[in-house]
Amino acid sequence: MTRQMTGAQIVVQALKDQGVDTVFGYPGGAVLPIYDEIFQQNQIRHIIVRHEQAATHAAEGYARSTGKPGVVLVTSGPGATNAVTGMTDALLDSIPMIVLTGQVPTFMIGNDAFQEADTIGITRPCTKHNWLVKDTDILAETIHQAFHVATTGRPGPVLVDIPKDVQFAMGDYTTKPKTKISHYQPRVKGDIDAITKAVEMLEKAKRPIIYSGGGVINSGVGASQLLRELSDATGAPITSTLMGLGAYPASGDNWLGMLGMHGTYEANMAMHDCDYMLCVGARFDDRITGRTDAFSPNSYKVHIDIDPSSINKIIHVDTPIIGDIGHVLEDMLKVWKSRGRKTNAAGIAKWKAQIAEWKAVECLKYKGSDTVIKPQYALERLEALTKGRDRYITTEVGQHQMWAAQYLGFEDPHRFMTSGGLGTMGYGTPASMGVQIAHPDALVINVAGEASWLMNMQEMGTATQYNLQTKQFILNNERLGMVRQWQELLHGSRYSHSWSESLPDFVKLAEAFGAKGIRCSDPADLDDAIMEMLNHEGPVIFDCLVEKHENCFPMIPSGAAHNEMLMGDDKTEDAIKGKGGALV
Amino acid sequence: MNALTLKNGASKKSAYDLKNPLGDEIETHTLTVIVDNEAGVLARVIGLFSGRGYNIDSLTVAETDHEGHLSRITIVTTGTPAVIEQIKAQLDRMVPIHSVNDLTVEGPSVERELAMLKVTGKGEKRVEAMRLADIFRANVVDTTLTSFVFEITGTPEKIDAFVELMRPLGLTDLARTGVAALARGL
Repeated sequence: MTRQMTGAQIVVQALKDQGVDTVFGYPGGAVLPIYDEIFQQNQIRHIIVRHEQAATHAAEGYARSTGKPGVVLVTSGPGATNAVTGMTDALLDSIPMIVLTGQVPTFMIGNDAFQEADTIGITRPCTKHNWLVKDTDILAETIHQAFHVATTGRPGPVLVDIPKDVQFAMGDYTTKPKTKISHYQPRVKGDIDAITKAVEMLEKAKRPIIYSGGGVINSGVGASQLLRELSDATGAPITSTLMGLGAYPASGDNWLGMLGMHGTYEANMAMHDCDYMLCVGARFDDRITGRTDAFSPNSYKVHIDIDPSSINKIIHVDTPIIGDIGHVLEDMLKVWKSRGRKTNAAGIAKWKAQIAEWKAVECLKYKGSDTVIKPQYALERLEALTKGRDRYITTEVGQHQMWAAQYLGFEDPHRFMTSGGLGTMGYGTPASMGVQIAHPDALVINVAGEASWLMNMQEMGTATQYNLQTKQFILNNERLGMVRQWQELLHGSRYSHSWSESLPDFVKLAEAFGAKGIRCSDPADLDDAIMEMLNHEGPVIFDCLVEKHENCFPMIPSGAAHNEMLMGDDKTEDAIKGKGGALV
Repeated sequence: MNALTLKNGASKKSAYDLKNPLGDEIETHTLTVIVDNEAGVLARVIGLFSGRGYNIDSLTVAETDHEGHLSRITIVTTGTPAVIEQIKAQLDRMVPIHSVNDLTVEGPSVERELAMLKVTGKGEKRVEAMRLADIFRANVVDTTLTSFVFEITGTPEKIDAFVELMRPLGLTDLARTGVAALARGL
């Protein structure tokens, strides 16, 4: 028996059937019927944001901190176009997200109707897939299909565009189990021959390294456990991309810190000099590789990825394994154990001695100060004062983001939400709201720069409306710090438009939103101020006035190789040379 | 056979022709892609090529399975071996795409293209056009006292040759379908 319902009822019923508990959205003319249905039920909680972009980032924060897909509901035209940045962000960082957009009625499509946009056309390249539903009878099926596509294989954003007349019309409701099975079924089990080959080479490796990424987090908590087991059992040192932090604990014995442009010296040197590289759910992004022709020249490379198009896209690998990280790591461990748990112990011991020498360089040390708060110091104190708490960190984009990755330790997966691939300023504030909604009692801190933070500051309204206790920890240097750093390195310190003028008084701003504001500019007061922030039950804006011209080091200048890092006390003038200047 | 299971740079010819997967030489490949026949699917495929900077030399598309709502897209593309592999992988992961096959490396295949040529002229040139059309087994599908429309089917190279011969004989209009291709045998 199929049930007849209106399109709007179908949308809400399908979301319920998919186990959705929270929707982030913003109403408008073309989604009013769906909002009317939301009004008449209590199972799904709707979070009203202040801007559609924020709805998408909040959904990303929700998704990344729970492992469940984030759901967004916005109207046609500007509602949809405002959501584009968040969808692109989710596409690049492989975040499962379902965006439902209203559309003008089918008979008006193509007429340049009020608030009409070619949403499907605009979002085609920034979604994994999208659908325009012109028939209420296939609406339920399409929504179930959308959840399937968003959450299987390499996760990503999908969009379902629903014209207003389809929302009003009656149609058959198809339940989730009755939905016809999609041919889209990415493989999850890795090829056993390739896995065996990868294990064989690992057993012999003198200088192995595991390079893990966001794919491990996406694969679920079990995959992180298996990754820990693999590294700890084989003794292979491990580094991770920005997106993969927390999969292996920062306190773990084999942890090298993050790699890449602002990664640690030991991680990058180990990547360059290793003889065996196991890439687990990462994609050889340009922030990671540096100059590709000098990337880890002497290593045997194994790449585990669920997306076949990630294989050999940037770096040619010797053994690709296509499959889900959790499944493949499980098989790898099984094979390795059944072959007698062999490792090249002597080789690895020498390798670890070498790594210890690199660690002794202490690449993250910086010049302290008694008079001004160094941003690194602020994060060190934040780390020390929040240690042991169930802590979720989001960030904006820029220097503070890299410092957060360098100076905060992540012990568990799903605890670090940041815009990696797209580098979206304005991500962190709404993402922190999404995280807090998913974890109401947890400590959620958005580590921000003042410029990024201003890009979605309207979301403080959302925070106070829902009493979200997020702590907005703003490292305020009155600069676009990373832009300024690049201008110093590449453009003769001509700081074109990279400073923040006419900044608001963040304490008063907090009060205007009904939140608490704290300002701190003296290192001696910092601990007390941070404790005041942590102890306050409610949203806080923390204006941490920091050193204005601090650079983020170490750094692989663009166009350079892993073993050509720039350290804190190196000369910075013209550090980016030749072809590197053309790179981002 | 799935194109992705083939070894990188494999060639349908002998082992001596095996290509270096990291090589710089530009190759031409004919891909055949089975897709859901749904609105916008062609835009997705073309958007992939334009968005990622790949080349399309020729593209044909039509529904081939009405019951199953499937269409076949035949794409002739060029690129280094690494780029060709990437194109196939990028296509294969798209949701409405059922299969991607690289006819250039997966064994023998046949390729055909249809062209229509309008040739106008009188006297000796008109007779010569007719005589050459006969040699190329082109059909006359329309005629007036001063013009022919020829229909010719064959490999793109054969059509190229015929078009070049017709140019000095009064070629005024040309329509080509692009390549359709199938693997030989079962």
